[in-house]
Amino acid sequence: MLPELGQAALLLALLAALLQALFPLAGAAGNRAAWMAVARPAAFAQLALLACAYAALTAAFVQQDFSVKYVADNSNSLLPMVYRYTAVWGAHEGSMLLWALMLGIWNAAVASWSRRLPDPVMARVLGVIGLVAIGFLSFLVFTSNPFERLLPAAAEGHDLNPLLQDPGMIIHPPMLYVGYIGFVVPFAFAIAALLEGQVDARWLRWTRPWTNVAWGFLTLGIMLGSWWAYYELGWGGWWFWDPVENASFMPWLVGAALIHSQAVTEKRGSFGGWTLLLAIAAFSLSLLGAFLVRSGVLTSVHSFAADPGRGLFILTFLALVIGGALALYVLRAPGLPQGRPFAAASRETLLLVNNLLLAAACAMVLLGTLYPLLADALDLGKVSVGPPYFGTLFILLMAPLVLLVPLGPLTRWQQEQPSRPLALLMPWLGLALVLAVVAYFMAPQGPLKTAAGVFASVWVGLGTLRFAWTRLRASGRAFTPEMLGMVLGHAGIAVFLVGALLVEAQNVQQEVAMKAGDTARIGRYAFRFDGVERVQGPNYIADRGLVQVSRDGRVLAMLHPEKRAYASGGQIMTDAGIHAGLFADSFAALGEPLGDGAWAVRLQIKPFVRWVWAGALLMALGGFVTALDRRFRRVSADPPAPRGRDGAPSMPGGGT
Amino acid sequence: MAGNRPVLAAVIAAVFLGLVGLLLYGVLVSDRADRTALPSPLIGKPAPEFSLPVLHEPGRLFESRELAGQPYLLNVWGSWCPGCRVEHPVITRLAETKRIRVVGYNWKDEHADAMRWLEQFGNPYWLVLVDYDGRKAIDWGIYGAPETFLVDAQGIVRWKHVGPIDGTVLERDLLPALDAIGVPR
Repeated sequence: MLPELGQAALLLALLAALLQALFPLAGAAGNRAAWMAVARPAAFAQLALLACAYAALTAAFVQQDFSVKYVADNSNSLLPMVYRYTAVWGAHEGSMLLWALMLGIWNAAVASWSRRLPDPVMARVLGVIGLVAIGFLSFLVFTSNPFERLLPAAAEGHDLNPLLQDPGMIIHPPMLYVGYIGFVVPFAFAIAALLEGQVDARWLRWTRPWTNVAWGFLTLGIMLGSWWAYYELGWGGWWFWDPVENASFMPWLVGAALIHSQAVTEKRGSFGGWTLLLAIAAFSLSLLGAFLVRSGVLTSVHSFAADPGRGLFILTFLALVIGGALALYVLRAPGLPQGRPFAAASRETLLLVNNLLLAAACAMVLLGTLYPLLADALDLGKVSVGPPYFGTLFILLMAPLVLLVPLGPLTRWQQEQPSRPLALLMPWLGLALVLAVVAYFMAPQGPLKTAAGVFASVWVGLGTLRFAWTRLRASGRAFTPEMLGMVLGHAGIAVFLVGALLVEAQNVQQEVAMKAGDTARIGRYAFRFDGVERVQGPNYIADRGLVQVSRDGRVLAMLHPEKRAYASGGQIMTDAGIHAGLFADSFAALGEPLGDGAWAVRLQIKPFVRWVWAGALLMALGGFVTALDRRFRRVSADPPAPRGRDGAPSMPGGGT
Repeated sequence: MAGNRPVLAAVIAAVFLGLVGLLLYGVLVSDRADRTALPSPLIGKPAPEFSLPVLHEPGRLFESRELAGQPYLLNVWGSWCPGCRVEHPVITRLAETKRIRVVGYNWKDEHADAMRWLEQFGNPYWLVLVDYDGRKAIDWGIYGAPETFLVDAQGIVRWKHVGPIDGTVLERDLLPALDAIGVPR
């Protein structure tokens, strides 16, 4: 009974979405207040109905109702309780329902916090979100119904994919989806602005926190995915340029460009058209990501079962949304005001360069991800695009960006003497160079990468702190959450760079055959192998290795690398044993038994790897803190910014 | 910007239409590759002759005629290939039945990565051939990894599958193909 109620709720949610799209959009066009007023209640109704549908599916999992096909396919009676809740989004149908629920939450949040907006703007923004919801919900209802019955009911289910039976996997997808779908808000705003025919700084100010929060969640989602891959795939890598990783990385890059260009447009009125295009692009790339993962067009560890019917459906939806948005853009954007002129040396120019580099990096990732398909279509043979392409080009594109990061906040709007910010930063540039040279000669291996990592992180870190210090020292001027967010985000880049470059340069790895009692040494670390025991998990049997790791003779930890055989599918999973440290992780993964009590064991020391995720965490935090700025909640309709000719003293924020 | 309007429109339209066209092609191809194996001109013809190094015995060249007389399954894989990980348990289960020799074809890979991959996930292969520059792969018409060829005792290619072999493909296509060429159960 419950699943049928869930299905009914889903259908009604689709109806609510239809109402939310049709009446407010038509009402805004014809200026009918009553029609526009439909938007809010429809949004709340949609969320309530989606929550019911989601609860119904969750209940089916918890009660192990194997008469529901999706439940039978993705859980079995041995599945631990916590994974019954998370199995809801373990495969295609349920994860689409989660997407829809997240969209519903954003939708209701926009409906709650849009009372300051003029009615037609609110109606258009909610109407556009309603259109998107129609697409998602009809996709669910017509091609991917999670409530489909299995008659006769199965006696036992299959299992949740063992890759997904893991704490990291519990929170990774929801975070990612919140981020992905959150870009619907700037998108809806952009469409509303294009329909309206003008970009008003007040509405832009209203969208900025939404973009920052969505981007922050996307950052968290990507970070969790990377962390999960690190310990679960047993490779010790943290980024693979896998098509699905790329699918989440593209909206992230464009989103990063967007939060910068929105700041420029809001404060200076420049880049108006470009900001709208980026907002459209960020959401389009989110949809493209969903398409790539779910259509089976590209193969990847993450792909859901391929189904061309679904592929065609999402592609049509994608083409309508993106095509419609771009057509509107081409028709309306050229009429937008241009904003104030700025000199070649100004913060606007720096942010333009930032935007171009991020957009180019995104285009590079898009090309690399789709190139195998393109080569196939043009009959150029099978081409695999791997980390060498992505890694090299990404570093080439991001290196200038990293060099410019500290300059941005210290440079004035509109016009700047280049020597002024340079003079402020010169001592720190010198310090960074000196430290890089020291690192070059001290590094036990990979001196170039180490030096690059030290230079880049010291330069970005201290350069950012230099800005914070200048602002804090200047009395009488507030250090706003917006500035704090910017400082956190940029400091996050510095921390991330330490991790990314140093772990690449200093990672040490050994594959050894070990018997109980053997000790292997890597530098100051010693790994003692105490043999392998057999353990029984709730739904798997594992060989668990016992590896004692010590540094300079002091015992750090007992590692338990596992190889698990899941009862359901015979799939073997590796679970690395990791001792996390601020400056280095010690990592052990169990290989094959070599007979005679010996096992192949892979040992690694990964210096600074935690900094990769700490940096991402700081960036996400930066996004959230920025959104807290009270300026974004101000009711007054004041012009965007004080516009002194000398820019800097009156600049309203740090230029997020 | 007003003067650039047609140019801007044309660029946006070209990128958009190109992308949609490409993805549409992708959807249609994903259908083909998934439901029925890509038709291979090799099916019914003798397998290409080759002489390739062996992964576990660097320096040794393995000649294709050493495989003659018994059927074998040629499984193209690489440590970089996610689909290969997906099909790995299925290949392993098949190899454990000892019904047929499974020859690994390690394609466009690095020696150390390939060794680590096998060590990590287990080595189901009777023998692993190495083709790192992909030169011999052209003779086989290898389209991507994973890809699997069934060659009978006379050295004739009898069946081919593009993409990961899952339980369904195994039961529905591969096992019947083994029966068809008379591999004893």
